[in-house]
Amino acid sequence: MATPSITKLEPFIGKRIRRKEDPRLITGTATYVDDLQLPGMHFAVVVRSPHGAARIKSVDIAAAAAMKGVAMVLTGRDVADLACVPCGASLPGLRVPEHRLLAQDRVYYVGHPVAVVVATDRYIAKDAAEAVEVDYEVLQAVADPEKALAPGAPAVHPQWPDNTAFTFHQEGGDIEKAFAEADVVVKQRITSQRLIPSPLETRGCVAQWHAAEKSLTLHTSTQVPHLVRSLLAQMLGLDENRVRVVAPEVGGGFGCKLNLYAEEALTSHVAMKLGKPIKWIESRRENFLTTIHGRGHVDYYEVAAKKDGTILGIKVKIIQDLGSYHQLLGPAIPTLSVLMIPGLYRAKSMCADVVGVFTNCVPTDAYRGAGRPEATHGIERMVDILAAELKMDPAELRLKNFVRNEEFPFPTATGLIYDTGDYAAPLRKAMETVNYTELRKQQADARKHGKLMGIGMSTYGEICAFGPSPATPAGGWESATVKIEPSGKVTVMTGVSPHGQGEETTFSQITADHLGVPFEDVLVQHGDTAIVQYGIGTFGSRATAVGGPALYYAIQELIIKIKKFGAMLLESDDVSYANGQCTCAKTGKSVSIKEIAGAAYRAMKLPANTEPGLVATYFWEPTNFTFPFGAHIMVAEVDPGTGAIDIKRYVAIDDCGNLINPLVVDGQVHGGVAQGLGQALWEQAVYDDNAQLVSGEFMDYTMPRAHMMPWIESGHTITPTPVNPLGVKGVGEAGTIGASPAAVSAVVDALSPLGVRHIDMPMTPEKIWRLILSKTTGSNA
Amino acid sequence: MIPQQFEYSAPKSLAEALALIADGGKPLSGGMSLIPMMKLRLAAPDRVVDLARIAELSYIREQAGSIHIGATTTHHEVESSAVIRAKCPLLAETASFIGDVQVRNLGTIGGSVAHADPSADYPAALQALEAKIVIKGAASERTVSADDFFVDTFTTALEPGEIVTEVIVPVEAASTGTSYQKLLQPASGFAIVGVAARIQKSGGKITLARVGVTGLSNRAFRAAATEQALTSGTAVQAAADVVAQAIDANSDLYASAEFRAHLAAVYAARAIDAAIRRTS
Ligand SMILES: Cc1cc2nc3c(=O)[nH]c(=O)nc-3n(C[C@H](O)[C@H](O)[C@H](O)COP(=O)(O)OP(=O)(O)OC[C@H]3O[C@@H](n4cnc5c(N)ncnc54)[C@H](O)[C@@H]3O)c2cc1C
Repeated sequence: MATPSITKLEPFIGKRIRRKEDPRLITGTATYVDDLQLPGMHFAVVVRSPHGAARIKSVDIAAAAAMKGVAMVLTGRDVADLACVPCGASLPGLRVPEHRLLAQDRVYYVGHPVAVVVATDRYIAKDAAEAVEVDYEVLQAVADPEKALAPGAPAVHPQWPDNTAFTFHQEGGDIEKAFAEADVVVKQRITSQRLIPSPLETRGCVAQWHAAEKSLTLHTSTQVPHLVRSLLAQMLGLDENRVRVVAPEVGGGFGCKLNLYAEEALTSHVAMKLGKPIKWIESRRENFLTTIHGRGHVDYYEVAAKKDGTILGIKVKIIQDLGSYHQLLGPAIPTLSVLMIPGLYRAKSMCADVVGVFTNCVPTDAYRGAGRPEATHGIERMVDILAAELKMDPAELRLKNFVRNEEFPFPTATGLIYDTGDYAAPLRKAMETVNYTELRKQQADARKHGKLMGIGMSTYGEICAFGPSPATPAGGWESATVKIEPSGKVTVMTGVSPHGQGEETTFSQITADHLGVPFEDVLVQHGDTAIVQYGIGTFGSRATAVGGPALYYAIQELIIKIKKFGAMLLESDDVSYANGQCTCAKTGKSVSIKEIAGAAYRAMKLPANTEPGLVATYFWEPTNFTFPFGAHIMVAEVDPGTGAIDIKRYVAIDDCGNLINPLVVDGQVHGGVAQGLGQALWEQAVYDDNAQLVSGEFMDYTMPRAHMMPWIESGHTITPTPVNPLGVKGVGEAGTIGASPAAVSAVVDALSPLGVRHIDMPMTPEKIWRLILSKTTGSNA
Repeated sequence: MIPQQFEYSAPKSLAEALALIADGGKPLSGGMSLIPMMKLRLAAPDRVVDLARIAELSYIREQAGSIHIGATTTHHEVESSAVIRAKCPLLAETASFIGDVQVRNLGTIGGSVAHADPSADYPAALQALEAKIVIKGAASERTVSADDFFVDTFTTALEPGEIVTEVIVPVEAASTGTSYQKLLQPASGFAIVGVAARIQKSGGKITLARVGVTGLSNRAFRAAATEQALTSGTAVQAAADVVAQAIDANSDLYASAEFRAHLAAVYAARAIDAAIRRTS
């Protein structure tokens, strides 16, 4: 036993460390689902409805089935006995359509699966899929949620002619009183359009059936491998412990892979029936048509306030376009919007009515921010509109209404308890960054010269770290196992399922600091139900804020055991553990973690009441959500000749608590801002009156690209949360939530001299041009 | 995104290619338009004849006051050619606006003109340049003007069995000012409108005006009314305002017919102004 001098290891938390994940991503050596090749593998292609609504008169598979290389063709009838795709949302009176793996007698949206064709290679499968003849009687479809609610609209599901999946009401405080006492009430219809999540990697899976063991292995591009396992086992009637789900490298999700999809079950079913490994890979066109979409809100807001700007109450009616079916969480998403309605403000009264509407479109579900961007967009727009009505500076109005620092923990009108905050801090920092007062002067000057310059802002709050289990359909805890190998190397198994967020790096940093081991010695494993104990997955800005603390507590448990072995080896009962060394206070002697690990596994001798090995598993249940917040400011100029919007400046100040890795946090903020600006300026899923998706490929659907982005000046204020020991709050969705209202705010501000108070997204040049034309010439061009 | 089965050949000589094409083969050049269509199964040729390996189709040559550009010359080659940049800068500038780097590295001038996308960039410049298109079949050869070549949306003067082998543009007089101005459709990068202008001035007056417009309608065209207005001394904006006159404007997700016509006037003015600034 040596007595080395104990050198303090440098901390890793807080450092801009480059991601461990990146070498394999950059060099193209990562293994995605489509990279898997298994002996005897067959390929599945799904035949899909070209119509928004139709009755299936007949399906003729003869020609397809007869093609050389075709192994199997299944239609709706063949899967009629299998369970439905599950909906995990539970709301009182929720109407849940039977969501079969393949259409039965009707199709409800363009892209609806009608048959599956399996062949020895994907080219044959695709040709055979084209040879399946489906005779449709085309029915009237409805794609617009407000039209779907109108009397006499075509019924998406004939049994529910009002197209209403559910209604939901929530009230807090005294809304009648708030509106009765108001000096001013502002009202606005605000939409949050349908968006197509568009991860770089489309969906896809490979299913392999081991008949003798009655076990199934499914590699699938998912954010929630354990949930997929539990749900799939139920659906297919398999033992849960005989289903292994692996999320290999996953090329982005943004919420759209927080689901169990029909194709995952279908591919598994075919693999079991055929006894061959089956691969299904979604084409980009299918991804547009059949992977869930996001948003899809039409909201009617009313805000009551006093003359001095004090907000008294907020009323909203939310129309949520649900599409034709419920995927896992669809109907629950607008209820998250309701929770977020108070924003960062003190207003104690609110009232929300949600109606979930069926349309002949692909289902909507969680998409980066899931319900919170919609609400934040709405409330931030309303605050701007109120400021315009009261002729107050929008920043001043916000500062006036923020929850005060001394009011935390703050109970909201919607029943949440905001953990902690300093809401003015990021706004003040953003204002300082742009030199707000000076900027307003410049604006006044620019206006004199006929320039349409606008300064926009948003101050947003979030509900993150989903979440306490009672608030999360499948449980809101997270788990971690920390295993010190006999050699002293450390393997972490986390229940979260990163797919671009960088937890292999950030969790290594947490482990390195709290366990006191070298960063390089830590390997973080995830995404394989055969390796990881159990977990909930990655969504809702939860991975670091819930998975991180689970890891932290597992490390604490392990340290107790490490110290027992250390004490035994040092023959002392007064040892401390730090920096990977157990040290005896009296003698100053120490043993390294490597020596301790060796002893723990060799187990020649054991401390009292202690078993061999050095492994700890911890399941951590949070007591609350976390509530990050921040402020964005955007400066823009509008070209009245073309309606083009030129972003001059973009400042994003976020408070996500402690930063484990500021580089990763910046990446999340930048990507989030890009997505928020995407919604504000370009993206829109457009269905025509026949429920055909018009923006059905990247030639028509504008994904933001690097060259379209402004320079993002990002910064932070740091208000650690008391909810978890790491003080981290989550940052995955912040950028998206803050960006769309800031962008609209800027453009509306630019056009405000013309009397413009609101513009719906996306703010396309034509929309802006027409707006300017109508305000300047009075024409309704 | 999987094409139907097809046969593929990659001949080394033009004669061989023309024989295969006369036999029903579909020419493939840069593949930037054809391959996506095949993947979406909007095109399903049985036989594809790749022109990329035919050395005699790839060249940029100056000859007797003209520049001859072989059909398989890539957009990048046009954009970066010293000859074209010096002697027909409008074409180089236009090429630089096409798609992105990857598209410009593979896409070709022959493929672009043969495809005749109504939002493609080259056609505006080729109209303004009064370019000529050389067309060959297994047993035929003819040369047509750009104006005769672009017939309608995705429709050209090509007959079955014929291919474009060459595009001929004039060597520009040094005093001519030219400019291509384009509004990008943000998703695809194609032109919502693109306007190519060529201006010559003498004694403070515009003596020659050529204005080619793409994206606005079913085919790229020369805006005759604008050209006349310019040479008869009308102010630039007023001349640009008639650019869409008598044109049936396209309408899509990004721009209605009315907005497109308006944008055409805005971009025509920008192109003409820039061209005038570049005259000497
Ligand atoms: C992402 C993307 C963005 C793009 N953006 C733009 C843009 O901004 N502006 C723009 O103008 N274009 C754009 N394009 C199109 C691009 O310029 C193509 O290169 C061009 O339209 C076709 O040229 P190609 O050589 O690729 O032809 P191919 O795709 O090989 O062929 C196109 C068609 O022409 C036929 N053909 C090819 N060569 C000949 C020939 N010599 N004679 C007769 N027929 C022939 C083929 O049979 C086919 O029908 C874009 C393409 C992509 C993929």
